[in-house]
Parts: sequence; structure tokens; C-alpha cells
Amino acid sequence: MGISRRTLITAAAAAATPLPRLAARAAAPTLKIGVLSDMSGPYRDIGGPTAVACVQQAIADFGDKGWTVDVVSGDHQNKPDVGTAIVARWYDREGVDLVIDCPNSAVGLAVANVAKEKNKAYINSNSASSLLTGKDCNANTIHWTYDTYMLGKSTGGAMVKAGGKTWFFITADYTFGHLLRDQTAMFVKAEGGKVLGNVNYPFPQTTDFSSYLVQAQASGAQVLGLANAGKDTVNSVKQAHEFGVNKKMRIAGLLVFLNDVHGMGLEIAQGLILTESFYWDMNDRTRAFTKRVLPRTPNNYPSMGQAGDYSGTLHFLKAVHDMGVPAAKKSGADIIARMKKIPTDDDAYGKAYIREDGRFMCPAYLFRVKTPAESKKPWDYYTLLGTTPAAEAFMSPKVEGCPLMKA
Amino acid sequence: MAGLAGARLAAFLILLALIVAAPFVVYPVFVMQAMSFALVALGFNLLLGYVGLLSLGHAAFFGLGAYVGAFCAKSLGSGPELAILAGTASGAAVGLVVGFLAIRRQGIYFAMITLALAEMVRFFCLEAPFTHGEDGIQPIPRGRALGALALHHDFAMYWFVAVAFVLGFLLLYRIIHSPFGQVLKAIRESETRAISLGYRVESYKLLAFVLSAGFAGAGGALEALVTRIATLSGVDAAMSAQIVLMVLLGGMGTVFGPVVGALIVVAMQTYLATLGSWVSVIQGGIFIVCVLAFRRGVVGEIAARLRLAL
Repeated sequence: MGISRRTLITAAAAAATPLPRLAARAAAPTLKIGVLSDMSGPYRDIGGPTAVACVQQAIADFGDKGWTVDVVSGDHQNKPDVGTAIVARWYDREGVDLVIDCPNSAVGLAVANVAKEKNKAYINSNSASSLLTGKDCNANTIHWTYDTYMLGKSTGGAMVKAGGKTWFFITADYTFGHLLRDQTAMFVKAEGGKVLGNVNYPFPQTTDFSSYLVQAQASGAQVLGLANAGKDTVNSVKQAHEFGVNKKMRIAGLLVFLNDVHGMGLEIAQGLILTESFYWDMNDRTRAFTKRVLPRTPNNYPSMGQAGDYSGTLHFLKAVHDMGVPAAKKSGADIIARMKKIPTDDDAYGKAYIREDGRFMCPAYLFRVKTPAESKKPWDYYTLLGTTPAAEAFMSPKVEGCPLMKA
Repeated sequence: MAGLAGARLAAFLILLALIVAAPFVVYPVFVMQAMSFALVALGFNLLLGYVGLLSLGHAAFFGLGAYVGAFCAKSLGSGPELAILAGTASGAAVGLVVGFLAIRRQGIYFAMITLALAEMVRFFCLEAPFTHGEDGIQPIPRGRALGALALHHDFAMYWFVAVAFVLGFLLLYRIIHSPFGQVLKAIRESETRAISLGYRVESYKLLAFVLSAGFAGAGGALEALVTRIATLSGVDAAMSAQIVLMVLLGGMGTVFGPVVGALIVVAMQTYLATLGSWVSVIQGGIFIVCVLAFRRGVVGEIAARLRLAL
């Protein structure tokens, strides 16, 4: 079925394309990049079509080097089984060489296993779990952008230093939420703070956070830590606002993206403390990148995960160019190894590098969300509070237990 | 196989030929998934098509079979055969409990009890540590069939699944056409009459339920070995609905219907995956068309047109 359909499309394309160009294309080797994301659910804005746009921008910026790059995309619906099925088919049948993006830690970890099994390349730029470069790391995977350790260290550590000594957590009751809470709590305690309480709420069916917010308020803690993401964060912040919790406690969104802030609106989001590794209005290079990509995604500015898709794709293409397309198509692990050897440099993330365990090493930026009065232009949302250098932002490879580091 | 004759024998031979030819033409993983789900649908058809009981809780047996099979293969390091047997046993065991409670009521009440108990199983799977919550159990090693043949490669795994499927199919065929199967059909036609003839209807229903749950567990374990992952989607209510859809689409009460139904549903999921959650909408639309236009299902309609028993 797959074959016949593809043959059909090729035939249609052949009929529609002038002959000389067809001949040129046939001679050129083709790479294929699969963007696996949430195209319809809670993480659509932080991945989704904007992720595809960023990958296409990277291909355009890389330019024509005598081979073509195709992009396909798929919707994992936040289900690991759906995600692995799509990726296995891409790798097996459709000649996909790289899978990228992939929000949702459960799917992110599952896809890493498939990439390893099929020996293909995989860049995860949108899941949080630090296990991707920890005990579940492998030679076919790079974890771009951010992880739970970095978020906990940057947001958690900074809040305690700024006087928020006592914490109460509201946690999404699944692996990602637990990991984010535990790693943040670790930094809170390390800085001399105290965790007064925690409440887990059922994921993903919870939309009413009122009883958890009341518990948080009753605990008397100074800081409310939200160990969740996406629409859950948006809902809990909005409701905290309605209950006046934000007047008595400071709210730390442990994983908040620019797009979430946009969804809440500044009236509600103002004053929120959060961490990202990319902000479009950071410097001339990030602004230049954003200006280039916006025509492809006019209503949704890229946040760190999508910028990571851009940065990751560009670096992948450089590594492939460096080793030659035929060699690159043979082994995903070889491409990843080559990517680790070359330092990265692009408009979104500047100069950075990839550690042996597959960790992309970028600084973590602590931001405060602006008040409506401070915001002067569209998507002007963040004020920079501080920076954690790359070497400190991520877990030491000795601690995280990645098998690649022992070898 | 005794009793397999005429049109059914011909259909069975065509099915065998298709299974042999399929991996050379289409994506083997897709066919393997279809065969795993076909086992589940066959078991479900035993209950719906032959006893007339509509269970909305078969995801519980399917998902639990997947988890238990995955756990055996990954954490206990058992071979794939043992993993499948363990999955079957767990499905049947939970089926015994659910069936024991549910068969006391008929119609919508039966369906609601199975749905409620399946939701409890889902919650258990969400909270139990061995399932790893949202992450699921992964990657599941496929191991070696009979301790020798490595199943790591999709092609080897394909033949393993094909053998398991054909054995399951023949077993089910035997069950349907045994005296036991005849009694089940009698219960479907008129329960009071079966009781008046001296049959202990509840025992028959319970056994049919347990067998059906066992098939679901086997299919679940097999599917987990194929996809190398066992997750919460397996125990989700949406999975129960899909199993119902497979049987209705293929033709309930026919021998080959569930197989065709499973193939159609898995094909939709595989080849329409790029459409994302629209798959559910399309499935719903097809379900409506099926119920309105050809209520006997694909195989049921063909059999009726050609006046064959399939």
C-alpha cells in the first residue's frame, strides 16, 4: 500500500515537473527530516506547526549544497505508542534520517529507544525529562534546549536566593511532573529553603485547580511551585489569579513557554518567574532569526523548543555536509557523533556545543514576565533577571548515570 | 482441521496465502499489529457475536495482557511464548472477576458494569509502579522464539506472530463449532429456552467471557512484543470502543469478520496517522455509515450477497 501510494505521488510529481529539473533532482541525494510533535493537543503552540516552520527555516538558511532535504510531520497525540509507531514507520519505510522536536517526555523517551534500535538520528528539543541524557541516554540521541534539572536549578535556585524560602508544589501526577518537582525541591533545599507541602493532581483530566490552590494558600508557603506544563500551567495560573493566590504567594512556573504567557495574557501572567534558554528579543541574532521565520508562522512566535528545532536541524545539516550524504544515511550514530565533534553556531542559540552524553549545552535564562505597562510591542513579554552558564545549568555527567559516559 | 470446509476452507486458504505474501508487499509491522488486534477481535466476537453480550471493558484485558507480557519479557527475561501465556492468563484471570460480576445483568447494565470495572483497571495501571505510568514499559525485548530463533528482526517476528495468529484462529474456530459453541448460540437466540432445556446458562456465559478476555490478553501481549511498548492507551476506554468497532465493521457473528475489521481499523490508524486526531473523527464517520448502510459488516454483507457462510 505504502509503495503504491508513493509511486503514485512520484508519478504525479513527475508529470507536473519540467523535465530538466526532474533530471537534476533525481541525481541529487535526498535527506528526510520528520517533525514529530503535538499537532492538535496541549503542546501544539510550543511545538506543532511552528516547529515545522523552524525546521524549514533551518533548511532554507543552510542553503542548497547539491542535495535536497524533505520535511514530513506527524502528530503523536501525546501517546507513546502512537509516537513510536509513526517513527518506526518513518525510519523503516519512508527513508527518514532525522526525527526532531517531540514534546512530552513519555513520547520523547520512547522515540529515543526506536532511534537506537534502527540506528537513526534523533534530536529531542522539546521534552523535559533529564533521563534522556541520564540513564536512558543513547548514542543516537541529542537532547537540545532544556531539561528538568536546568529548570529546577534556574527557577528554583533563583527564587530561594531572592527570598522565597518556603515552597508548596502543585504537581502533575506523572513521571515528568514528579521529576520536575523533585529536582526543583533539591535546589530549594540546597539553597536553604524548605518544602512545606505538595499535592499531586490527576493528569491529564484536571481543569479545576481550586482545591489545590486553597491547600497551597493554607500552607503559608511563600512560593507556589507549578510542576506542570502547557494548558495545565495556563489554567492553574489563571485560577491562582482569580483566587488572589498571586497576592500572597509568588508563583514559580517551573516550565512556562512564551506561547503560554501569550495564551494567559500579561494581565494575568505579569510577575511570573520562569526559565527559558531562548527568547526572541534577546539580541540582534535572535531578532534576525525571528524576523526570518515569522512569515512562516505569523501568529505564533517561536519559543525555546522551536528555536531548538531550528538550531538542531541546522547543526544536523552541517554535520551531514561535513561527512557526506551517503555516509550520513548509513548510520544515525555516526551523524550524532559528528555533531558532537563540531561546535554549534547559529542565530537562535549563538555559539554552543554538545556534550558526550548528548546534552546540548546552552545557558539558562531566568525571566520575569512584564506588566502590561512595560510591554511596548507585540510579544514583548520578558525581562531578563539572570543567566546560569551552560556548564552549571545541566547535571554533571558523573551524577546523571548515562552509560555512554562510562565507556 | 475438522469441520473447516466449503467456502470457509477456501476463505481460510486465501487468508493463509495473504499472510504468507503480505510481508513482501506491505510494511510487516502493520500486518503484525493487525494480526494481534485480530486475535482480540476474534475473542470479542465470541462474546458479542455468539453469546450476544456487549462488553465495553475489553481494553482492560487487552491492556493488562500487554503490561503483564511486557513485564515478563523485560523484567523477568522470559521468552516471548511465556510472555504471551502470562498475558493470556492475566487477561483471563481479570476476565473471571469482571465476568463473574457482569453476567448477572443483561444489556446496557452488563455493558456499564464492564465499562466501570475496566476504568478501575485503567486507574490501577496508572498508579501501579510496574507500569511506569505515562512512560509505559519500553523498550520490550522480543527475545528468542523457543529459545533459539531471535525475533529482533521484524521479518522473524512476523512469522512468529503469524503462527500465533493462525493457532489462535483455529482454536477459536474449534470453540465456536464445538457443542459448547452450539450452546452459546442457543443462549444468544433465547436465554430462557436454554435455561428450560437444563443448561446452566451463567456458567456458559462466564466461560465464554473468560475465553474472550484470555484472547484479548494474548492479543495485548503479542501487540506489546510487536511494538515493543506497553502503554496506558491499551487500557483506555477508547481502546474498548475500537475493539467493538473492529467486530461491527468486519461483521459480528462471522468467523472472518473480526479479522477483516481489525485489518481495516489498524490500516486507518497507520496510514491516516498524519491526520492526527482526525483519525477518531473518520473512524466515527465510518462507524455511522457502517451502522446505517451495511449493518452486517463487510464480511457479513459479502456472505449474505453470495449466500455463503463465512
